[in-house]
This record gives sequence, structure tokens and C-alpha cells, in this order.
Amino acid sequence: MPKHYTITIEDTGESYRCVDWRSVLHGMEALGKKGIPVGCRSGGCGVCKVQVLDGSYSQRVMSRAHVSEQDEAGGCVLSCRVTPTSDLRIRVLGTMKKTVCRPATPTGTSPV
Amino acid sequence: MSMTGVLRPGHVQIRVLDMDESVKFYTDVMGLKPMGKDAQGRAYFKTRAERDHNSIILRQADRAGMDFFGYKVLDAATLDALEKKLQARGVKTERIAAGELLETGERVRFMIPTGHAIELYADKTAVGSGVGCTNPDMEVLDSPGICPIRLDHALIYGTDLEGSRDLFTDVLGFTLVERALLEDGKTDLGVWLTCSTKAHDIAMVRHGEPDKLHHVSFQLGTWEQVLRAADIMSKNRVSIDMGPTRHGITNGTTIYFFDPSGNRLETFAGGYDHYPDMQPITWTWDEIGAGIFYHDRKLNDAFLSVVT
Repeated sequence: MPKHYTITIEDTGESYRCVDWRSVLHGMEALGKKGIPVGCRSGGCGVCKVQVLDGSYSQRVMSRAHVSEQDEAGGCVLSCRVTPTSDLRIRVLGTMKKTVCRPATPTGTSPV
Repeated sequence: MSMTGVLRPGHVQIRVLDMDESVKFYTDVMGLKPMGKDAQGRAYFKTRAERDHNSIILRQADRAGMDFFGYKVLDAATLDALEKKLQARGVKTERIAAGELLETGERVRFMIPTGHAIELYADKTAVGSGVGCTNPDMEVLDSPGICPIRLDHALIYGTDLEGSRDLFTDVLGFTLVERALLEDGKTDLGVWLTCSTKAHDIAMVRHGEPDKLHHVSFQLGTWEQVLRAADIMSKNRVSIDMGPTRHGITNGTTIYFFDPSGNRLETFAGGYDHYPDMQPITWTWDEIGAGIFYHDRKLNDAFLSVVT
């Protein structure tokens, strides 16, 4: 029987129930919840990085470009690659960087 | 430009985090044909319709992304001539021995100003498509997976957009097909370039970091096949980024999705033919949303931020 755990996003106070075979990110998306940025959902792009403050989880391989060994040891992981094995309390670290647009001639404000 | 220089995109090497999972995905879900592994453990694939030995190469690594993107050129003399043109431009080139990639001749590799490694080569063993060259039958999609027609193009993200744009147009003979401008009305946010009559053989977007991959794209035959691809993706729980929808830019119908390592791929159909006498199409900053996704008409965060 699948188990369900409660994930709490510290930044927003939002919480949701996540089934143990879904990633923390997928669990959020599946219930239409928000709070963690959604990118590739496959451990490559890094935008869904979180710090797990409390609780246990299992994890799959994720890109070293975004999660160092120290990060991993400190519970800083990509939420698309971790599945809960207990209730979790997390803090969001990832952002949508949007570093695309830097006009050669600045117009005073960044366009995005 | 009567197709005597750079002919077409020929191969791309993609970094994957889990080789076994990736081989299964590119075989069973993408429907590519496995073409063997080399001594380094890299896995090779082609589409059913492609005639050369390989187009997609996977390399196990600790981070996702693209190692290099390669173009096939007409012949060895063209390869030599293009190498000289690159060197005359001040671009450092490197020769990679024949056979370093399976069934592939000598390659000329160079870095472009957006930070990407681009290759040119003249030879890759012609193993033929599934239907052959004599009295061929129709290609019937009767094997598992999406089964695209070909590796079609890539969209790369990097810093010195003007530098890479000018290198492709001035030295490699590409033509500017479409451009999207920033709010200053002058600076390119992105450019779509062709070396053929396709709507694009490479696209590039300005980005704060060098050497990023936005997507590698595969051509499908029809919009119906784009929908079929989406069904196959959802059935296999593939992470879909956007679509099925349509790009204003190039007019292609599209799905953006991710491989198991988070590298964005595209399956698309349609688009128009471009000839070098045509005026480039321009998208202004105010309407760029419709250029990227024609039905949503919004610039979305993931398009600008999610890269490997």
C-alpha cells in the first residue's frame, strides 16, 4: 500500500499530501499547488532546488552542476529527484533565473 | 547557397545522468534505432529514416547538457576550405581523428562565442534508411515510440549572441531567417538561422551564462503525429514542458519535453521554406510571446530560465 506524507513549504506555509512514489515536486504539481519553481522535472536544470529542514527521503541522481556533494550532505537537493519517506519540511532555494535579456544598450529597466 | 557548403545538422552529443535509463528512453519512447556503443561507453542512435550511421550520441556524465553539435558538409575539400575560413576569422580549430565517433570521419571542432562546441565533418558511413534506396516502400510507423524523421536543429543559449550569429552567417554561410528583438528595438534576443531551405538549422538566444542547451529538435511529418507523440509521452509519463502548440516563429507545431536527464527535446512538424533572397522576419519585444508560443501569446518563465 502506498503511503502518504505531508510536505510543508516553509516559505509560503503551503502544505500538501504526497504519495510515496511521487517526487516532492510532482506531488505539488499533481494537486495544483505552488511554491517550488517547476523546470525539467528530471534532475538536470536545477530550478526546483530545495533544502530539506526536517524529515527523510530517498533520492535519485541529479546534476552536479546544481547540487554539489556538500549540498547533498546538507539536504539541499532537487525536489524533482526526491521522494518522501516521512513528512517533510522544506525551504525553496531554486529560482527561475531569467538571465536571458540584457540589452547591449541598457534602457534603464531590465526587460524581463 | 545551392547546398554546396554546410549541408545539415548531422550529430549531437548529449550528456545523460543515467545511461541505462536514457538508452531505454531514446529507444522505446523516442523510437530511435540503437546503433551500438563505443569503447568509452557512449551510446549511438539514428532515426529510422536517417541514412547515415548515427545522429544522437549519449555520454554518461555527472551533469546534463550538450557536449557538441555537428554539421555535415559536402565533402573533404569543403571541410578544408571551411576550416581555413574559420582560422582566417581568428577561430581556433581542432581536428578530431576519424573513428573517434563511430563510423564518422575526421571532424573539425571549434568554440563559438556563445560558448558551444560546434563540429563540421564530411564523412559518416551511409548505412541507409529502413526502406533502402531501391523501390522503397513507405515508412510506416509500425515500431514502438515516436519515430521522428530526423535530427532537425538545436536551440542554444549563450552570452555573445552577435558573435555566434555572425560566425554562422559570415563564415559558415548560414542565412538569417527570423529574429526576435529586445525592448530597445535593436538588440537581438534570439536568431533563427538556416544553411538550407529549412526554417532553421540552428537557433540561438541571448543568455547570462555560456554553453547552455535549450533544446534538440526532431522533425515529425504532420500535426497528427505531433499529437501522437504527446500521447506517447503522457502514456510513458514523460515530463512535458509545453504543448502541443504552435510557434509563431518558423510556424512549426511543437511539443517541448525533457529526456530523463532534464535535457529539453522538441518534436515538431511544419514550418516554411526559406530562400536566401527573403527578408528576415522580425518579432518585436511586445509580441515576442506570440512568436514563441502562438496560442498562449505569453513569454513563459521556463522558456527563458530552464536550460541544461
